[in-house]
Amino acid sequence: MPTPATTSQTVGPFFSIGLNRLRANNLAGPGVSGERLTIEGKVLDGDGQPVPDAMIEIWQANAHGKYAHPEDTQEKPLEQSFYGYGRVPTDDHGRFRFTTIKPGSVPGPAGKPQAPHLVVSIFMRGLMKRLVTRIYFPDEAANDSDFVLSLVEPARRPTLIAKKVQERDAVLQWNVVLQGSEETVFFDC
Amino acid sequence: MVRIRGYRRPDPGTQPPHFHPPYVSSIKRAPTKPLVTIPQTLSEITGPVFGPQAVEPKACDLTSQHAGSPLGQRIIVSGRVLDEDNRPLANMLIEIWQANAAGRYLHTVDQHGAPLDPNFTGCGHTITDAEGRYRFVSIRPGAYPWRNHHNAWRPAHIHFSLFGPAFATRLVTQMYFPGDALLPFDPIFNCIADEKARSRLISLFDWETTIPESALGYKFDIILRGREATPMES
Repeated sequence: MPTPATTSQTVGPFFSIGLNRLRANNLAGPGVSGERLTIEGKVLDGDGQPVPDAMIEIWQANAHGKYAHPEDTQEKPLEQSFYGYGRVPTDDHGRFRFTTIKPGSVPGPAGKPQAPHLVVSIFMRGLMKRLVTRIYFPDEAANDSDFVLSLVEPARRPTLIAKKVQERDAVLQWNVVLQGSEETVFFDC
Repeated sequence: MVRIRGYRRPDPGTQPPHFHPPYVSSIKRAPTKPLVTIPQTLSEITGPVFGPQAVEPKACDLTSQHAGSPLGQRIIVSGRVLDEDNRPLANMLIEIWQANAAGRYLHTVDQHGAPLDPNFTGCGHTITDAEGRYRFVSIRPGAYPWRNHHNAWRPAHIHFSLFGPAFATRLVTQMYFPGDALLPFDPIFNCIADEKARSRLISLFDWETTIPESALGYKFDIILRGREATPMES
């Protein structure tokens, strides 16, 4: 008889004492190939107030579109100094920031390539289980044919696509809006 | 083409909703629009897996991180990490954190009147062995007062964080203690209606791991999502 998975519980307000060790806001050290980017933003609650006690985790492929994981059997190169994991808490003003490289495309449903994206988990006090979302990239033609984006109503797709920041090269902005008309799209996967 | 073997969706009623008004903080933080269901792709069936090289062997003993011993009832918390088909999951990182014996967290936001313990930080980690087993040495955390409602107290609990083998299996949960009088009143523990699923969050007192004149043993198994039977082409 299968046993259902253990019930999720909130990380609560004090997760930083337990989850500090794997904090990493720079995913791409020197020598890692790919376009280097900083992604920054805020986590905002239903009143538009910043959430100072959230934690964001990122998982992504390298610039070749290869995940550092045994179940990625694609014949693409791994890079010794790139793993693809980040863990970033928000600060007192609900802000977060991390630096990484733009991932390559990975395969998606029906063998069609997916547009480059990061997968994201968000944890915070008040959430009994994580939120799952994705970050896509601006000016990316492949977004138009991405299978996951196509499942989202067009008006809400922009919440998943990081925005360029005027006069700041290599910086993208991406906010997590928990409620309201600009609410970020969250996934059930 | 890559063959994707996905992870099963949760059994109905065994995972909490995001919006759970008795837990007041959820009201302004839970999404108001329905989640968009997506198929698992290579992005979701891969994920960070931190092996033995990421683990400090001593970090599984929360009672030996300082010059002296922490106050409180010494406990051994052990169990297995399994998938829903009862297969052991080896080499899985587990991170834990908890309050001290007085119910106080070593965190700047926790300023309630209970004392800190200079010999207790309250965090640890370990990795499962080939049979999915893990073992922590700690002290029993105290109940913790919070402001969710009048005279609100969290039952004694230890936070557990696991990645599992994939992004899809990520789990953060809390372990409780048997017979805790606060459990029926806790909106976090009572986030789901399924009584069996709730009861699996409560550890079992265990004579086998109890050490004479030293520590009480508690067993807590953690189940991560099981895999779909058939792979999909992707």
